[in-house]
Amino acid sequence: MDPVTAVTASLEVSGLAFAYPDGHQALFGVDFTIARGERVALLGPNGAGKTTLVLHLNGILTGGTGTVRVAGLPVGREHMAQIRRRVGIVFQDPDDQLFMPTVREDVAFGPAAAGLRGPELEARVDHALALVGMAAFKDRPPHHLSFGQRRRVAVATVLAMEPEILVLDEPSSNLDPASRRELADILRSLDVTVLMVTHDLPYALELCPRSLVLSDGVIAADGKTADLLADDELMRAHRLELPYGFDPRSVPAAPGRP
Amino acid sequence: MGAGHAHKLYRHGHSPVHGLPPHTKLAAVFAFVVVVVSTPREAMWAFGLYAVLLTLVAYVARVPAGFLLKRLLIEVPFVAFAVLMPFVAEGERVEVLGMSLSVSGLWGAWNVLAKGTLGVAASVLLASTTELRELLLGLQRLKLPPLLVQIASFMIRYGDVITDEMRRMRIARESRGFEARGVRHWGVLAKSAGALFIRSYERGERVHLAMISRGYTGSMPVIDEVTASRAQWSYAFALPFAALVVCLLGWTL
Amino acid sequence: MHVPDGFIDAPISAATGVVAAAAVAVSLRGARRELDERTAPLAGLVAAFIFAVQMLNFPVAAGTSGHLLGGALAAILVGPYTGVLCVSVVLLMQGILFADGGLTALGVNITCMAIVTTVVAYAVFRALVKVLPRSRRSITAATFVAALLSVPAAALAFTLLYAVGGTTDISIGKVATAMVGVHILIGIGEATITALTVGAVVAVRPDLVYGARDLRRRLQLRVNGALVDAPAPEPARTAPVAARTSRRALWLTGLATSLVLAGFVSFYASSNPDGLEKVAADQGIDEKAEEHAAADSPLADYGVKDITDARLSGGLAGVIGVGVTAVAGTGVFRAVRRRRTTQDVSPTSTSV
Repeated sequence: MDPVTAVTASLEVSGLAFAYPDGHQALFGVDFTIARGERVALLGPNGAGKTTLVLHLNGILTGGTGTVRVAGLPVGREHMAQIRRRVGIVFQDPDDQLFMPTVREDVAFGPAAAGLRGPELEARVDHALALVGMAAFKDRPPHHLSFGQRRRVAVATVLAMEPEILVLDEPSSNLDPASRRELADILRSLDVTVLMVTHDLPYALELCPRSLVLSDGVIAADGKTADLLADDELMRAHRLELPYGFDPRSVPAAPGRP
Repeated sequence: MGAGHAHKLYRHGHSPVHGLPPHTKLAAVFAFVVVVVSTPREAMWAFGLYAVLLTLVAYVARVPAGFLLKRLLIEVPFVAFAVLMPFVAEGERVEVLGMSLSVSGLWGAWNVLAKGTLGVAASVLLASTTELRELLLGLQRLKLPPLLVQIASFMIRYGDVITDEMRRMRIARESRGFEARGVRHWGVLAKSAGALFIRSYERGERVHLAMISRGYTGSMPVIDEVTASRAQWSYAFALPFAALVVCLLGWTL
Repeated sequence: MHVPDGFIDAPISAATGVVAAAAVAVSLRGARRELDERTAPLAGLVAAFIFAVQMLNFPVAAGTSGHLLGGALAAILVGPYTGVLCVSVVLLMQGILFADGGLTALGVNITCMAIVTTVVAYAVFRALVKVLPRSRRSITAATFVAALLSVPAAALAFTLLYAVGGTTDISIGKVATAMVGVHILIGIGEATITALTVGAVVAVRPDLVYGARDLRRRLQLRVNGALVDAPAPEPARTAPVAARTSRRALWLTGLATSLVLAGFVSFYASSNPDGLEKVAADQGIDEKAEEHAAADSPLADYGVKDITDARLSGGLAGVIGVGVTAVAGTGVFRAVRRRRTTQDVSPTSTSV
């Protein structure tokens, strides 16, 4: 489970710094490694640079200093197509992610862009939809689905690309408790590396054995989720707050991978 | 116009008309309208026959008359315009019920009403038997530039989302006691429109990020191909061919 | 005002179809150059926005309301190329899905409502922005005038098409009177809402207003100077812009002058009625007898004398003529001197 000893890490970020063209600097040297199969939460207050970091993972933002490697492959112009296939980002608003007229076409978009055609493509779509339990909604237009269903389809659109690492931006936002639990079950059942960007600390504790705290553009803490959440001083220093009445010590920590 | 009701335009069904490939239907409707427009207006019986042809199509497609007639209401502004024509047009005049009407104006009104109504009816039949998605595929198949088809498809996908945002903004305005009643309130409406534009544009940027994250490089991957057999083409073109015969008769008789 | 089938005869419908197709093709290329691979999602979303805004009814007086056409709004917010594309797609979809506007009249509808409105609005807007002092208020004022002119311009374009290919021989003077008269009223509503909308966007996200890009660069520099150390590359980036501006200033001032001359001078000072006006003037005399026949009709509400309006339409024809010429000129200008590649786009909207 120790990320450093893993042979080829799913994700390696080292010395990443970035400033927007308007001069606003968002990242000040980010370093971390995520081993294959790990589920890691990225915690941090608003404005800590979380989204900026996510956009670096598949090369949408580049041009700063430092490197990002996905399964050993450096993120850069020459491998861009491959990188984007390996890093699956699920954005916060599923309406942004589901831009095609039907669920089927949306899920097929990624693999089709990678050159898959015909029955092979169809099988990939069916498999991805089955993983999130949305196979029955294949020919529906996305805007006819409930919010929770749309979020699950959004996960399927990324899974269809068979990514090395799944990056989720606020996966639990706007979900009712039942949809939240369903999504957690789905994420636990998947056999991929997961990086989850979230404010939802109980959700992080439930799903991710390990957490990173991003604050002021650097990784301020890296450790077991349960330990980090129990460290009151750390939590206060980075504007992280647990919901009222929630005690991380009273909850069993997320199980690691067998 | 009502993007929010876009999906209500289509009537689900399994008729032979529903089953035709979309591009054959689009081409057939277009050909039909072209034929109708080029028919001389003096051949009044020809327009009657066109209406019969469309009724037949509606019957085969099992589109109820009430549905079709209700959708024809879109024409109303032009009916008003057509009604004015006999009053304002030039030339020889006739007395009808004590009003002096222009003969050419009457012909003009008839011309616009007959052709306009047939055109609207044909389009309504097309939209009610073809799903939005299929229409887009059909347009693509008919060699509309792919970028244009993409823009149209994004517009349709997000039409609902944006009208929904607009509706929420209206509710927010109204729950704070605001109701647009006159010119004085235009400013508030415009602020909403401005906010709506910013939201739409930013969503466009986010959609673009989501697209490139999944390997988009400027052209849509081919997922569906629509094809039509010769039989389907000839089936779809039965309508414009029949109309063409009527039109030719109209010119010769 | 969506033209249905059978209103304009077949040859003119076909000809406008060709014009519309050519303009859309040019716009596709232009938009691609400006927006790159972002064209499809951005133009699609803006089209959806225009579509939604057309449903935003604004109350004019008790019981009546109008709605935006959106050509000027699109042109100023996202630029003329993308603007033409968005409005064209909206019209195409309205024709196919809602039967709003005939399929054979699609060319006429796109020419009048997508091309003429957008092009006239953008030409007038750019010309005014160059002439007026650089400020937010100028943007709003220029938007107002541009939107105000774009609507009767579309009406006039329709009138011209009708003159050539109309299926009923109504006097052109009358059509012009009715169309332009009504559309000036509509134009005032359109102009107010468009100007306020653009004003609202400029106040919050000036970077999103295509027509105000020059303005934004200056603002940004001043803001940076006040808040943080101005980044070194900033002056270097503004320098070529300034150079380009001065190069353009000359002919844009000329354009503005000719627009003003063509529009307002011919409106007030025409003592020799030209062809169009003369027809209308003659009609005005001929039709005294019929005026009472139409007294109950909505036409009577326009309540304007043929001659005054013919002058107005003459003036507008001047404005449109200059506008169209200027745009054609710009096209050549741009073709000769290729624009520098658009700067790298930063997804600032998604920043944390």
